[in-house]
Amino acid sequence: MTDQDGAGPEWFHREHGGKVPKGEDSRPPNQAITGMWTKCDGCSEFLRNEDLEENLQVCPQCSHHHRVAAHVRLEAIVDDGTLEERDLDLTSTDPLGFVDSKPYPQRLASAIAKTRENSAFIYGLATINGRQVAIGTFNFAFMGGSMWSVLGEKVTRLFELSLEQNCPAIIINASGGARMQEGVLSLMQMARSTAALARIRDAGIPYISVLTHPTTGGVAASFAMLGDVHLAEPLALIGFAGPRVIEQTIRQVLPEGFQRSEFLSEHGMIDQIVDRRELRSRITTILSLLLD
Amino acid sequence: MAGFVLEFERHIVELEETIERLRALPTTSGVSVEDQIAELERKATELRRKTFADLTPYQRAQISRHPRRPFTLDYVRELMEDWQELKGDRNYMDDPAIVTGLARFAGRNVVIVGHQKGRTTKENMHRNFGMPRPEGYRKALRIMSLAERFGRPIITFIDTPGAYPGIGAEERGQAEAIAKNILVMSKLRVPIISIVIGEGGSGGALAIGVANRVLMLENAIYSVISPEACASILWRDSTKGALAADALRFTAPDCLKVGAADEVIPEPLGGAHRGSDVTISAVGETLKRHLDELSELGPDALRDDRYARFRKLGAMTTAPAHA
Repeated sequence: MTDQDGAGPEWFHREHGGKVPKGEDSRPPNQAITGMWTKCDGCSEFLRNEDLEENLQVCPQCSHHHRVAAHVRLEAIVDDGTLEERDLDLTSTDPLGFVDSKPYPQRLASAIAKTRENSAFIYGLATINGRQVAIGTFNFAFMGGSMWSVLGEKVTRLFELSLEQNCPAIIINASGGARMQEGVLSLMQMARSTAALARIRDAGIPYISVLTHPTTGGVAASFAMLGDVHLAEPLALIGFAGPRVIEQTIRQVLPEGFQRSEFLSEHGMIDQIVDRRELRSRITTILSLLLD
Repeated sequence: MAGFVLEFERHIVELEETIERLRALPTTSGVSVEDQIAELERKATELRRKTFADLTPYQRAQISRHPRRPFTLDYVRELMEDWQELKGDRNYMDDPAIVTGLARFAGRNVVIVGHQKGRTTKENMHRNFGMPRPEGYRKALRIMSLAERFGRPIITFIDTPGAYPGIGAEERGQAEAIAKNILVMSKLRVPIISIVIGEGGSGGALAIGVANRVLMLENAIYSVISPEACASILWRDSTKGALAADALRFTAPDCLKVGAADEVIPEPLGGAHRGSDVTISAVGETLKRHLDELSELGPDALRDDRYARFRKLGAMTTAPAHA
């Protein structure tokens, strides 16, 4: 469970002048920032934005993985121009009439305005090295990639599409957890999406789960942790409970590196830690070894 | 009565105590207190009705956590015969926050899985306040798979603040353990009935809650987050639990409305913590009815029925695309 406006403080990246909280997760601001510099969160070097973009927001010096826009990430994995995005227009109906400091529809509207997307998840059919896949990725800038009805529906449809087309499923996860504004319906999305996943498993179709920073809460405790293969980006925070919740419960400071990809790898929860720039080739090889 | 009186029922309990004191008076004094007792009892009933007719969501949350409510093992003791508890996840340990076992219920051999809280501090230390670690979920998974192999219906009792957020739990894959249970439950080809008997705390509840029928006691709650935690995130103030409780719509009638629950089982006036026997037998009767209905379905139909039940849960619409 996390803050819902994109990120807790630990995920807040200052860049592009340090003022605009959209970070690198909204659409790439392309020409507007040509010639500008970004300070790397890893090594504090000043990097040319062009270089960062070329490296999918991975620091060419220290390999620190900054957040990357959902579409940029997807397009870097699939074959050029092959992504047929589905269900762009699905959105929530505010089932509970939820109001905290702002009404939920207002939060949704500002997330839509900020990300220029209707939802926290984009998916569709594409090919990777000529092989058809059903692939989707979280858009973390959209209310922290939190689990809501639309997300549950889209992930469910992704798996149903994979079953119908008999093609592998791939999900690139990034989510802070449940969306409180949809209450128990948010929780139910874990069950419906996972039930759809169960069907493709039974049909012998592979599913690759990519875990990126951060993958926690209800997404981690459902389809994100159920891949046939788990690939994680370096230093991604991955776990069920968020670190703050754990600290409050046990009243201890958590050890360095707790719940990071390397920690999960040591504890047997992921198969490989993969540099973002190598994801496409790694996925290609794994699918080929499983299916050809 | 022993234990724990909630703020909003204090005046009822005080009245009841007065009645008891009057009853205990020696009758030889010649003064009849019968009329006075009758009058006070009328008042107490009226007060109970008024208080409980109009509970706020936060009051219900408090009732759902009441230590005198019947817990899983109370239902097992009263409703089941030949209870055989089965323990351990066969990997690491036994987690007492979840109990599992074999039993006979209303003439059928069934498998039981349930969160178990404690009533005393010592019991709660042992049961970890009903907050399972991964091993609890893995034990449940083992026993539910056993149920499928032997064609036994599964009854799960949900009553947890949530899965335990601790270092060891994360190290041993809390997220994976919950996810796996959801996955496997969605495929099982035996009847599954879940009853939220107290607190249905988020993923820790759902991990034994992917059922054909989800029943809720009247004052049980089923929520994605506790009202206190929600308040501390959205209102930045954990004492605003009552506000969050109003917003979260986690009461049984609300869950029924959005389809997260299929039936609400009424509790006696004053709540299940003040009428265990009535509550337990109401649960027994409702369980039996659903079990009878589900027994009509074949193995594949049971799995498909569960898929269809969850497939439709959500609230969305199509809107004009952004660009």
